Amino acid sequence: MPEEFLRIDNLVKAFAGNVVVKGVNLSFSKGEFITLLGPSGCGKTTILRMVAGFERPTSGTIFVEGKDISPLPPNKRQIGMVFQAYALFPNMNAEDNVGFGLKIAGVGTEERKARVEEMLKLIGLTGFGKRFPFEMSGGQQQRVALARALAPKPKMLLLDEPLSALDAKIRVSLRQEIRAIQRELGITTMFVTHDQEEALSISDRIVVMSAGNVEQIGTPFEVYNKPATKFVASFVGQLNTLKAKVADPAAKTVAIDGQVVTIPALPASARSGQDIALTMRPEAVSLANGQERDILLDGTVSEVNFLGSVIRLKVKLGENAIELDTFNDPNAPPPAHNQKVRVTLAGSDVLVLGE
Amino acid sequence: MKRNRIWAWIVFLIGAAYFLLPLVATLDFALRIRRTGYTLDAFTSVLTDPRFQATFGYSLIIGLCTIVAGVVIVVPAAYFVRLRLPQLRPFIEFLTLVPLIIPAIVLVFGYIRLYNTSSILPLTGSALGTDALLIFAYVALALPYLYRAIDTGLRTIDVATLTEAATILGASQITIITKVIFPNIIVAVLSGAFLTLAIVVGEFTIASLLNRPAFGVYMQNVGANRAFEPAALAIISFVITWGAMGMIQLLARFAPRTAARTD
Amino acid sequence: MSPNNAISVAGAGQPAPAARTAWRFSWSNLGEVLGIAPFIIFAIMFLLLPTIYLVAAAFTSKAGGFTFDNIVGLGEPLIISSFWLSIRISAASAAIGAIAGLIIAMAVIRGNLPGPIRSLVLTFSGVASNFAGIPLAFAFLSTVGRLGLVTIILKTVFGFDIYRSGFNLLSFWGLTLTYCYFQVPLMILIIAPAIDGLKKEWSEAAATLGAKPWQFWTNIGIPVLWPNLLGTLSLLFANAFGAVATAYALTGMSLNIVTIQLYAQIRGDALQNPGLGAALALGMVAVAGLANVIYLVVRARAERWLK
Repeated sequence: MPEEFLRIDNLVKAFAGNVVVKGVNLSFSKGEFITLLGPSGCGKTTILRMVAGFERPTSGTIFVEGKDISPLPPNKRQIGMVFQAYALFPNMNAEDNVGFGLKIAGVGTEERKARVEEMLKLIGLTGFGKRFPFEMSGGQQQRVALARALAPKPKMLLLDEPLSALDAKIRVSLRQEIRAIQRELGITTMFVTHDQEEALSISDRIVVMSAGNVEQIGTPFEVYNKPATKFVASFVGQLNTLKAKVADPAAKTVAIDGQVVTIPALPASARSGQDIALTMRPEAVSLANGQERDILLDGTVSEVNFLGSVIRLKVKLGENAIELDTFNDPNAPPPAHNQKVRVTLAGSDVLVLGE
Repeated sequence: MKRNRIWAWIVFLIGAAYFLLPLVATLDFALRIRRTGYTLDAFTSVLTDPRFQATFGYSLIIGLCTIVAGVVIVVPAAYFVRLRLPQLRPFIEFLTLVPLIIPAIVLVFGYIRLYNTSSILPLTGSALGTDALLIFAYVALALPYLYRAIDTGLRTIDVATLTEAATILGASQITIITKVIFPNIIVAVLSGAFLTLAIVVGEFTIASLLNRPAFGVYMQNVGANRAFEPAALAIISFVITWGAMGMIQLLARFAPRTAARTD
Repeated sequence: MSPNNAISVAGAGQPAPAARTAWRFSWSNLGEVLGIAPFIIFAIMFLLLPTIYLVAAAFTSKAGGFTFDNIVGLGEPLIISSFWLSIRISAASAAIGAIAGLIIAMAVIRGNLPGPIRSLVLTFSGVASNFAGIPLAFAFLSTVGRLGLVTIILKTVFGFDIYRSGFNLLSFWGLTLTYCYFQVPLMILIIAPAIDGLKKEWSEAAATLGAKPWQFWTNIGIPVLWPNLLGTLSLLFANAFGAVATAYALTGMSLNIVTIQLYAQIRGDALQNPGLGAALALGMVAVAGLANVIYLVVRARAERWLK
């Protein structure tokens, strides 16, 4: 069982009467890569900054390796940090930037040089040592910033939306690189982002937050497939919603446009005749081409988005509309606009989430 | 962080003392004209002085002419350089910096020698001619700021793209200039205008060298001959400068912006 | 592009290829030509010609021929001492203005003071930097002149007579003190954007890397600000060097600074030598111009860094 590295107990932060972080509890194991995911204003960056020491908690404690770090100023916490705006020192070249933490720590010139070389190699920018920040692209600057943060061998790595300022393609490649480096070094990492795809692709666990509260903590698989609340379900991945009426709560049946189907996830508190929202992922729905499951619905194609390997269809079902994904098949062209189709899904794939 | 704050407050208060004390002292001095106590007599004496009214009016008019001349000179140049003649930009910008490199007194020296009664253009020969010389001297003085203000205004509204958009929508050159460009740079123009006014109204050196009855010359005269009125004049002058700069700040809030934010 | 090129460009009907690109005059370009004509004509008549004239006059003898005598004449002790005095006053007020301005700007921007203080200080600096000349002299006379408020308060309340102790407003240090009233705000105005440019992330990054505040300043803060500081120092120097009105109002003709010399020269040809006056002007241009050019060059380099 990996040891606990970081523990956050009942962390609260208020700015002038506005409570931004409302009693958060978290526990990280050593070497874990945890992402705080949520929309802007949800408090994720504030938590990161409290761990770094740039904000003081209003109440609550932060423990690193069992010790309360709250009394420590940021420059004594031995934490590496990477910023959204790279924050490379403009008057120093890459070498000096990367070696800065070591210089402050009093590491000798020879040893420092060796370590800087090692770090530049790690981020794949050997030979870039003499370049200045204004001579580098955004992606290169961010990699140097990463090397700079890791050079003094910090206990923990914090990344504050490091990819948001970069081009889409670089974002994807750089996030893989960050994850690979983190795995190689085994350093406990806290990553903050509002991009759910980023979070899903590289995290060990995700902490989904909204308006200062933790909505769910789990692995990407758990968070995506078993969302605990409606917020998590709609924020992480795409979500379809179907309006239905409860038919028989005991038998767990509902009526969708008249058709009665069984929904195992129907809560016990449902009452007959009650309006209810059924949610499901696009991949749970498919076109009924021979393979039919328990729920069958007729509709018309309103949108066809050919995304290459995946075709995303929007289908109108009475007053409902759902999205479904099908794989591209070179031998079977996608349905046409306004074509009548039949969609199918399993009742067990339906989630019933509160408002 | 807390210790920082204390030092900051100390510095701020010392600085405030240095800057506010002279203003307070001047006001106090001006109010003490009668032994009996504080009166506004120094101010009334100054404001009712016909020479004050004459010279202040004169300086105001010169200031307005300077603004008009400045706008006529700078706005078209800035517009065309930005839009059609970018290759001239370094040259034009160098010219706008000449008044910063060459002190005003030297420029005036040149004017007096160059345009005196025994030259091709005997501007100093007549009062009107000398007035013109004065105005152009002030335009030179204000040029760096005027050009900067208007050029920045044009850049902020991305005049090139605006002109293209208007052209595609069918507007003629005249329409573009009057309905699209001018309304958007009027704030920058007014800013430059207020700065020019602030510079011109109290100016002494050039006006005295050219022997014109300007407000600055009057102030110096009063200073040489009276004890309390100069203090009143200093306060009036400060209020005017503050007013002009305050207007510029106010205008900055109304400055139109179309440069997109890349958040 | 030389002035001659510009002149021919402005002249209608003459094809004038510009030095850098092939710009050909044609009737469709008339609008552009008319647009920049006022500027060009103004620049020639009131910026370039006077300067050229003065440069030429500095090398013209009384008889009309070319001579170095006027330049040599600048070596006269009276003139040398006036240049030296001007340089000293300008350097003193620039240095004090720069240091004081930097400290105040830092306090206001990075000192965690309440929000409105920053805009208050900047607005006031905008006003104060323009509040020079006669009114400023009057203000300081009312403050620390012989009958000034502060002088009198110090005498009556604290029993301390500053004039008895050797202070005199109408002197080198008095003038320097007065000059600081517009030098300090000018410094604040110019250095404020540079201090703003010190991104918060840099000091935070430095902190996570273990740096104490003084280490941040020595390694990053000051090196980044340094070009701007130097440049602004230069600008302040040039600003003081070219000032006339304040000195005139305060000390009349008594303080022998270059601008007062030149002023007297223009008024009444006190030196009985028009060429020497021009040489004096040229000397001024050289000193003030050099300082201004340093400012512009340094500023351009600093901007490149902080892209």
